[in-house]
Amino acid sequence: MDTQPDADVNKVADEKLQAARLGGPEKYRQRQLDSGKLLVRDRLERLLDPGFRVEDGLLARFEQGLPGDAVVTVIGKIAGRTVCVIANDFTVKAGTWGHKTFEKITRMQDVALEIGAPLIYLIDSAGARIDEQFESYAGRRAWGNIFFNLVKLSGKVPQLCALFGPSPAGSAYVPALCDLIVMVEGQSTAYIGSPRMAEMATGEKVTLEEMGGARMHSTTSGLGDVLVPDEVEALAVLRRYLEFMPSSWQGDPPVVAARPPAPHRPIAEIVPERENLAFNMHELVAAIVDEGSFLEMKALWARELITGFARIEGRGVGVLANNSRIKAGVLFPDSSDKAARFVWLCNAFGIPLLFLQDIPGFMVGSAVEKQGIIRHGAKMLFAVCEATVPRIAVMVRKAYGGGYLAMSGSPTAPSAVLALPTARPALMGPAAAINAIHAKRLEAMADLDERRRFVMEKQSEYSAEVDVFQVASDNSVEAVVPGDELRAELASRFEIYCRRPAGRQERRNGVYPV
Amino acid sequence: MAHEVVADMAANVWKVLVSEGANVEAGETLVILESMKMEIPIDADVAGLVTSVGVEEGGSVQEGDVIAVIAVVE
Repeated sequence: MDTQPDADVNKVADEKLQAARLGGPEKYRQRQLDSGKLLVRDRLERLLDPGFRVEDGLLARFEQGLPGDAVVTVIGKIAGRTVCVIANDFTVKAGTWGHKTFEKITRMQDVALEIGAPLIYLIDSAGARIDEQFESYAGRRAWGNIFFNLVKLSGKVPQLCALFGPSPAGSAYVPALCDLIVMVEGQSTAYIGSPRMAEMATGEKVTLEEMGGARMHSTTSGLGDVLVPDEVEALAVLRRYLEFMPSSWQGDPPVVAARPPAPHRPIAEIVPERENLAFNMHELVAAIVDEGSFLEMKALWARELITGFARIEGRGVGVLANNSRIKAGVLFPDSSDKAARFVWLCNAFGIPLLFLQDIPGFMVGSAVEKQGIIRHGAKMLFAVCEATVPRIAVMVRKAYGGGYLAMSGSPTAPSAVLALPTARPALMGPAAAINAIHAKRLEAMADLDERRRFVMEKQSEYSAEVDVFQVASDNSVEAVVPGDELRAELASRFEIYCRRPAGRQERRNGVYPV
Repeated sequence: MAHEVVADMAANVWKVLVSEGANVEAGETLVILESMKMEIPIDADVAGLVTSVGVEEGGSVQEGDVIAVIAVVE
């Protein structure tokens, strides 16, 4: 027997769904807006293409006055491609994690992996809800599953995060385990213990901004990848970054319409022949890549090495370039770290690598030895040697010693090493080499003038030997390329090398030096 | 306000281009260091009056050493 549909229930459902979409109480929504932040659904509207939405758990804990349990989990599209989103709602209990929050988050993580779609975290949460800790902390199904899943997904689907508020204590590992972390100046924070906790534990007096602010993490700790002035810009960066990524590790990165590089000086003018003169490596990158395509990662941290995504004739590449204007372009522990992380990221998602070498070497001295320059340098070398995506290294100028190897030198089996006419490949620079080779003889020379003459003569002999044409004659590089033909040569070679299927590792894991 | 210009890496001091009492613009080169065979110009990051120069030609600096102090012109 048919029953009549209950008109009231439908009306009630509409009302509840509408109310749940608003989020927390009016006063908290107003407070969110007053503090210069967007409401969670406004963030989603700016992030996603209009229209397509598939949302889960909207009514979770609605009956307890916690709409969605403080998180929106939704599938939408960016530039027509499916993406999964987990977005905290700060207007519901300060975006804290309760037991249904964690259920919704882990469910969306599982879905992203199952359907092979990128996962975006819009974080704005005061952390775990302490009054619900006993049912959601210690067991096999508990908050910690979120981190476990982040690791499980890592390298399989892109995981991006924008930090819009605090990310305290354990929840700080959510951004830390993502591929990309965008931070908003003066708004994002991440810290293990708050200033109050630090003062209780150690007596340290420090502000939240100094302790875990966006600028600190973007310039000093190296946690942040891109620092932006506001939320709208942060959401735009997420969309831009995604243009370089495949939907999952098994897909190919998107190729877009090619654009010529921005108007620029001839490369022969950009790169000075004198190897001890610093120059603007960003200008060289801009001269090689499609106009406006460069998206720099960690631009404010370990700046002696530039890392970022760009396009050459429409094809996305990961660029690593030594920046002689900062710390002489020498590799330090932090820049080695930055390189290793970036190489792992590109390799995971099949993005070919371009190395622009102007490298005097790894830093020397007791300070960096104590900081573990060998360990960090070994990590970079490990990441580069292990990378199976196409790699092209360009000797722009200096290509000395271990630094040359870490920057994808020939012995590390790149697809190709090209040399500009200004290339200076050698075990070390002329002055250091002559001092090392002739140390005893120099010591024995009492006459300083005689010593200077001897050094000059030997240095010029040595310099002649590190000439690019000697290296070409030895067939140690694939080609010597005039500056203004470099872009075209790179485009042709990347096209060729990208035909090769990427290799797979056959071991559990290497024993990574970290 | 006194602003310190600090060495960001260990280096030899090759050239000192300013002395105490000089007025400098932001971006003006104060000192050229030399490290790992590279010339490293150290520029003033603020405009102001140089109240002290902590290095001399032929000397050396460690990371974090103060190269010069600039009194910022408000």
